[in-house]
Amino acid sequence: MRLTCPLCGPRDRREFYYSGAEDLLDRPEADAAPEVWHDYIHLRDNPAGMTRDLWYHEQGCGAWLVVTRDTVSHAISGVELVAPPQEGNASGGSISAKKKPGRKKKEAGDAA
Amino acid sequence: MPEPIATPALDHPPFARGGATLALADPGPMTSVAPFPGQETAVNAALQGAGLGFPAPNRVIEGQGARVVWTGRAQAFVIGVAAPDLTGLAATTDQTDGWVALTLAGPSAADILMRLVPLDLRPGAFPPGHAARSGLNHLPLILWRDATGFTLMTFRSMARTAWHEVETVMDATEARAGLAARA
Amino acid sequence: MRLDAGGLIDRSRPMSFRFDGRAYGGFAGDTLASALMANGVRVVGRSFKYHRPRGMLTAGSEEPNALVEVLEDGQQTPNVRATVQEVFEGLSAQGQNAWPSVRWDVMEVNDLLSPFLSAGFYYKTFMWPRAFWEAIYEPVIRRAAGLGRLSGRHDEAAYEKAHAFCDVLVIGSGPAGLMAAQVAAQSGADVILAEEDARMGGRLLADRGMVDGQPGVDWAAGVVAELATMPNVRLMTRTTVTGAYDDGTYGALERVGLHVAPQPNLPRECFWRIVAKQTVLAAGALERAIAHPSNDRPGIMMAGAVRAYVNRWAVAPGKRVTVFANNHSARATVRDLIAAGVEVAAVIDPRPDAPDEPGTRVFKGARVVGTKGRMGLKEITIDHEGRAFRFETDCLALSGGWNPTLHLTSHLGKRPVWRADIAAFVPGDNAVPGMIPAGACNGDFSTAACLAAGQAAAVRALSVLGIKPADIALPAAEDDATDMTPLWAVEGKGRAWLDFANDVTVKDVKLSAQEGFSANEHMKRYTTQGMAPDQGKNSSIGALAVLADTTGKGIPETGTTTYRPPFVPVSIAAMGAGARGMGFAPQRFTTSDQASRDRGAPMIEAGMWYRPSYFPKPGETTWREACAREVAMVRGNVGVADVSTLGKIDLQGADAARFLDFVYTNTFSTLPVGRVRYGLMLREDGFVLDDGTSARLADDRYLMTTTTAAAGLVMRHLEFVHQAFCRDFALRFISVTETWAQFAVAGPRARALIASLGIVQNLPFMGVASVMVGGVQGRLFRISFSGEEGYEIAVPARYGAGLFRDLVARAETMGGGAYGMEALNVLRIEKGFITHAEIHGRTTAFDIGMAGMVSAKKDCIGKAAAQRPGLNGPEREQLVGLRPQGDVAISAGAHLFNPGDEAKRENDQGYVTSVGPSPTLGGYLGLAFLKDGRARHGATVRLVDHLRGIDVLCTVCDPVFHDRDGGKMRA
Repeated sequence: MRLTCPLCGPRDRREFYYSGAEDLLDRPEADAAPEVWHDYIHLRDNPAGMTRDLWYHEQGCGAWLVVTRDTVSHAISGVELVAPPQEGNASGGSISAKKKPGRKKKEAGDAA
Repeated sequence: MPEPIATPALDHPPFARGGATLALADPGPMTSVAPFPGQETAVNAALQGAGLGFPAPNRVIEGQGARVVWTGRAQAFVIGVAAPDLTGLAATTDQTDGWVALTLAGPSAADILMRLVPLDLRPGAFPPGHAARSGLNHLPLILWRDATGFTLMTFRSMARTAWHEVETVMDATEARAGLAARA
Repeated sequence: MRLDAGGLIDRSRPMSFRFDGRAYGGFAGDTLASALMANGVRVVGRSFKYHRPRGMLTAGSEEPNALVEVLEDGQQTPNVRATVQEVFEGLSAQGQNAWPSVRWDVMEVNDLLSPFLSAGFYYKTFMWPRAFWEAIYEPVIRRAAGLGRLSGRHDEAAYEKAHAFCDVLVIGSGPAGLMAAQVAAQSGADVILAEEDARMGGRLLADRGMVDGQPGVDWAAGVVAELATMPNVRLMTRTTVTGAYDDGTYGALERVGLHVAPQPNLPRECFWRIVAKQTVLAAGALERAIAHPSNDRPGIMMAGAVRAYVNRWAVAPGKRVTVFANNHSARATVRDLIAAGVEVAAVIDPRPDAPDEPGTRVFKGARVVGTKGRMGLKEITIDHEGRAFRFETDCLALSGGWNPTLHLTSHLGKRPVWRADIAAFVPGDNAVPGMIPAGACNGDFSTAACLAAGQAAAVRALSVLGIKPADIALPAAEDDATDMTPLWAVEGKGRAWLDFANDVTVKDVKLSAQEGFSANEHMKRYTTQGMAPDQGKNSSIGALAVLADTTGKGIPETGTTTYRPPFVPVSIAAMGAGARGMGFAPQRFTTSDQASRDRGAPMIEAGMWYRPSYFPKPGETTWREACAREVAMVRGNVGVADVSTLGKIDLQGADAARFLDFVYTNTFSTLPVGRVRYGLMLREDGFVLDDGTSARLADDRYLMTTTTAAAGLVMRHLEFVHQAFCRDFALRFISVTETWAQFAVAGPRARALIASLGIVQNLPFMGVASVMVGGVQGRLFRISFSGEEGYEIAVPARYGAGLFRDLVARAETMGGGAYGMEALNVLRIEKGFITHAEIHGRTTAFDIGMAGMVSAKKDCIGKAAAQRPGLNGPEREQLVGLRPQGDVAISAGAHLFNPGDEAKRENDQGYVTSVGPSPTLGGYLGLAFLKDGRARHGATVRLVDHLRGIDVLCTVCDPVFHDRDGGKMRA
């Protein structure tokens, strides 16, 4: 398996650390309901098909990546930086979860 | 008041075998430069003022007796010269003592390294001026190539393992060459 | 018998070798199989189950019978295929799975028992009584069965692994592969041509067909010579591509030094990881056997293998050869044998309309129904139009057609597709992205078709790469149809083998179907067909055809079993190349390493680091004596220890303070410059991730320390939190673990030692200052991991070795000295300081008594989850101290029970995480997690370690045993 790091280029899988679904980027507000936190920390889809998950280029540039891939065909259709290095401004921003538009949220009962 | 005694990470004479020479190098002072968000252009300008520049990913910028090597996300090392004052523009950290540097040069150098580094290091794919952050087998690696050959940097504490890894491959390369010569 | 002329062997280079202790001669270019055959050796192995005498069946890596043990330097490599092992001067090999020898094997008695040893026999027979399985049945069966034996010694030989990259990988160097490589190379693509054999050419080396007006072998040599001169081509012989993986990655095994006597540093094998943008699979085809009665005798072999032995190695596999084939390709065997002067007794052709063959008699519509010859074929019986005929013959050349070698195309999960017109499976469409099958592996069997397919595949690969293909004329070659009529098995009296390696017969497959194991995957497991070293290359298609016939389903409906990597057996040593000894894991050495060893300190591994266990003094015979002295030294005087292995991270930027507030449970933005604070870090699920101190060096700069073990983990965590949640922060950080050598100076006289360095300081407890250490810019921290007044002094790593020696010398003149990990551990247990023995991933801030450190005023990673029900309360196991009642040792890992309760899981009250013998308090101390432990100080618990046989009563107490109010370290 190979991943094309947006910074380093195509690299062998051994350089990367796998961390699971991209759901981890959707961090709830501090005062969110316990069910919301439970969903965030523990509940994951297990799709046969397209999935987006987090990888860390540990033996490389140190970038966290969102990889879009198909769990059936193993085809990788995208590798994006969680945070492009030049993003932001020097004055400092706020702690914020990266919200991904269009992502389908789990329906109640999906976990069953 | 103690006398400061400097000890190198590794003490080893150069080792020539298998069509390459492995040697310890002292690339000089080393400072990591990590531009703060939005300051990339200013940092690049400041480094250009010192005859260098902030390199693109996987590249080295060479100056007089010094170089800036891209070392990762929003990070490069100024090597061989003190970094200019970048207060407010970038985080700068002295890295001089954190790394051991080895050079590997010779006709088999790329072949030897490709036993240990999972990258295409042949001249067409990794010519002089290229750099990479990768692994030397299990060791962290900062690698670049200039006109004289490869420079490998890994953590100072792992110097012995790094030398051993490369030396073992050089031994095997020499033995392979001997086999080919007899065939 | 060696033929007088011909072959691709070098008769000017004779080689002597030994097999089963006897000396033989061969030539350079021989395989062990061809050389043994040339010497008239027919029996080279014994079958797996029935111990039947067996000879060579094939001439390639698919060989199921001729598995031998190669001996060298006291080592023994089992299951080497004699058809792959090249002969070299001094080679020594022996037959396997036989005792005392392959010619005389006492286990041959199994063959007489064969009516009882059918498929499933073991499952049915050795089930009861259950207790007998491990004690009796399995050891006996294991001794009787099995294949080659290992030497039992470590494999000290060199192995290698390597990476390679190319535009076009061509797998196989027969006509299709050579053509593809030539087109790709001449078009300027970067080409790797991988060939399993020692010599490029594939079938062209074994057949006598013409290519481009010259013998195929000469054409191949010409193309290879041309490729060898091209800088964009890498020719890899003796290299089997063993697996296809995602994204153009292939595994390949190169036999580097197996064809010569062992040499120092010469790798035996190299495991390659090849990354190819495009791949042309030109792996050829494997010939099918026909399962006729008694078809396993030495001398019965594949017709294509017979041609290979005759043409390539100039060996006659017999004096009087019979050919039994259902197709046209085997007729070349007849012609080549006759051309070589070997008598051909007859052609047995099951096709009623089979063509005649000049120079020999053809029995049309005939089948072989029996054979004779225990140690080698002597006679066959055929059925021709209902009449039986007997022939004297010592070699039967079999061909049931050809199976495309499509295994690699199935490695990513795609199934092969049945092509009825050629009665063979071919690769599924786009089975491996970027891989184009060409030639025989794709069902094109004639040489002309292979050449054309190789060219077309290269053109297709080049078009994907955007390279204009060079215009190369297609050479002319034979284009005969295979003209095959399927015949899988011949009915008759006696066993008909499908899987020679695992002794699986037609009857076994039928029995499997009858007993309900009628799916192909079930049949495979029930009969073990396809599970031998050849992985069914010779048998799986035949077996599934027999299964399809038995169940009444067609072959495509029955389908093949799944082909998985590796294509040929790969030694574990090759895959783990370089990972023995020093290559096992990186070794990390501190700057004080040599000084510690010079003082006789035994070094222990802590992660990858090597750290001194203790520093023995003359007269001390155990670690406990040294440890007790070192602990007392720190408590009463001064000690020096290297603590450089702790992770150190330099954080800079206007938002560094906010960032630390977010990753630590407690607040760092309020920390004044020049001060240090202990911090606790949680995972997002509320459990403790790590702890350590962070110092504020400037308004916008902190120096964080992590535990040694979690340094990498914390860096990854910080990068995630930064990039995921704080990406707009003015913040950058980098590890400086390796940049600084850092030494703890601890004890009541630590301040005096620091002063003797000329450092004038008046640091408060938890203070940090920039100091000059003998002219070197360093840092001084006033922190304590021992509970005594403590400092940590840091200098750039190059000065570490010198400073450590200096500090230890100064300490020794004061009556102190260096202390090691054992003392460090006892000191921190006495003080109740935690390490990863306590924060092991299942403990919360509440459990370790630090719930108060989770700030109520701000959010932090893990805060929400830490407040979940079940993570705070009397049901939790909480950190306590333990003191055994009596002068006995206790152990980490022991479990705690209420006195009087039986020591079993249901009664578990907790467990011990750290213990140490305390010279300060006397006796062992322990840190433990105990249910509702903080409410049970003063209570008695029973400590039981079933493994070490420890069963003691302990008193529960506060985890801080020494100087509870911290007065000493604040002094």
